[in-house]
Amino acid sequence: MAEALLPTERRRLVSLLSPAYLWLLVAVFLPLSAMLFFSFLTGLPQDDPDWGVTLANYGKFFQNPTYPALLWKSLKLGLWVTGFCILIGYPCALVLAKSIKGRAREALFLMVILPFWSNSLVRIFSWAIVLRGNGVLERTLNFLLPFDVRLNLMFTREAVVIGLVHSYLPYVILTSYLALQAIDDDLIDAARSMGASKLTILRRLLLPLSLPGLLAGAVLVFVPVVGSFMEPRILGGRLGTYYGTVIEDQFVAVYNWPLGAALSFILLAVVLLILALTSPVLKRART
Amino acid sequence: MSRVEVSNVTMEFGQTTALDDVSIAFEDGGFFALLGPSGSGKTTLLRTIAGFYFPKSGTIRIGDRNVESVPVEKRDIGMMFQNYALFPNMSVADNIGFGLRVRKVPAAEEKKRISEALDLVQLGALANRRPSQLSGGQRQRVALARAIVTNPKVLLLDEPLSALDKTLRVDMQIELKRIQREVGITTIFVTHDQEEALTLSDRIGILRNGRIVQAGPPREVYDRPVDEFTAGFLGEANWLSASLLEDLTLPAQVDGHRFGTRPEALRISADTPDAGQNAVRGQVRQRIFAGAMATCLIDVGGSQWKLIARDRDIPELPGDGQVWVSWSPEDTLVVRA
Repeated sequence: MAEALLPTERRRLVSLLSPAYLWLLVAVFLPLSAMLFFSFLTGLPQDDPDWGVTLANYGKFFQNPTYPALLWKSLKLGLWVTGFCILIGYPCALVLAKSIKGRAREALFLMVILPFWSNSLVRIFSWAIVLRGNGVLERTLNFLLPFDVRLNLMFTREAVVIGLVHSYLPYVILTSYLALQAIDDDLIDAARSMGASKLTILRRLLLPLSLPGLLAGAVLVFVPVVGSFMEPRILGGRLGTYYGTVIEDQFVAVYNWPLGAALSFILLAVVLLILALTSPVLKRART
Repeated sequence: MSRVEVSNVTMEFGQTTALDDVSIAFEDGGFFALLGPSGSGKTTLLRTIAGFYFPKSGTIRIGDRNVESVPVEKRDIGMMFQNYALFPNMSVADNIGFGLRVRKVPAAEEKKRISEALDLVQLGALANRRPSQLSGGQRQRVALARAIVTNPKVLLLDEPLSALDKTLRVDMQIELKRIQREVGITTIFVTHDQEEALTLSDRIGILRNGRIVQAGPPREVYDRPVDEFTAGFLGEANWLSASLLEDLTLPAQVDGHRFGTRPEALRISADTPDAGQNAVRGQVRQRIFAGAMATCLIDVGGSQWKLIARDRDIPELPGDGQVWVSWSPEDTLVVRA
């Protein structure tokens, strides 16, 4: 393709692409390179005049079993949250894309996007108010039900999952919605004319055709959830120690940037590895 | 393969009446065209027969079963869509086999019927292709094979040829007709292309504003339209103004009727035509040569007439353009006024 372009066309392409790539270079690549550099240091140059280069920060991950255990815990959290987002989000996207038309769809869409418009800290603290013992949820349930309900959801893994699902659900709904929306309604009509039930149409037509969108949404949820620290810290309390919170501690509390950086890059490597391993599945889904 | 009978069907979408007390029968094994301008209700009628819509009142029978409240997936129909609606995630063979698998046809039988259907539409070599790798005409054939492979009671076609270019369309018309004859399936097809309707079908139904205006064999509907709309929709027509009627031989009472002719029924001559012919004086405005055929625009008693004839059958015209326009009395169109 590129060889076939005229010089003027090539110049135009370069002038259109370069702002974005310059920005990415400055905003992503440079800080990330700096972090990569830090991760090999014994101490930060501005604090420690005797700083040197070492692999010890990466070694710590393998020497101390807490780190792999926490990473595993975070990966499991990512799977749970992604799973719930798909279970809740995909049916929602399906109904929005294929059953609801006109104004009602716009209104429902607004409600899907609403979490994006509120500050994430406000969102999480609202959940804290709802979930805590004798909080909004428990009081409502006790008001409605004749028997006493003690949920005590606050500071549990469930609370963390609830908060994260709430934050990341829109990604799955939006990507799935776009994929489902692009499927021609005539395909569904054709399948029905051949005698297919709703379930068959979902299984053999809608799900395969919208899988790229669904998987894109799943990746958009899984990756940040594995590294999340705010929701685990506020909603998880004492149980809310995850891989992300440990990294945050290195930067904010312990002030051990090299270790924090090394742990971050291990996370990045693991996430990339997972995506690489699943990419054949993604590719097959697309054709 | 069954007779389809629609009786007194009325369909409403909100405030608008899409079908207004429609009754029409489709004979077993026939090829029936529903023809009408856009918004006439032809697609609504087809989709109501298919079962995508349920009529507000009236009955629909397919074979000996009343189906007006049966949903589409239980009606045992085959349908072909304007854009073919092939499943992009499946091969040609899987597309055709979809309806068989839904019906839980055994694998061996499924394979046999897929290959029979592929042979019928002459696409045997393309079984493993994806729809995106096919040309428009090939997609069309796959869609047709997919619609008939389950041996449905009736085949419904929604503007099946409108997405093809002209030459391919003519080929596919012949092909469609051959396959329909071979399979012998009752076929109902919607089109807005009058030529296509006349070519393909053995009966035509003309729709307008949600009503059936006229139904019958193509030649009958073309030669004996019931009203001006049908005459104009199926071809072109010249209408006789009242002042011209006196000296003509007319097949019906003048009261309550209008009279006209088809452009190709007319002859043009400089001399007075034979007795027994209907003839009027006219002034040739324009003669348009188009190879084998020619069109003349003639002013007859103040209205513009159109004449279509073989170019060699049109004589040298006199210098002042004054001619006789004549036609056989039996070629006169008679419609409701």
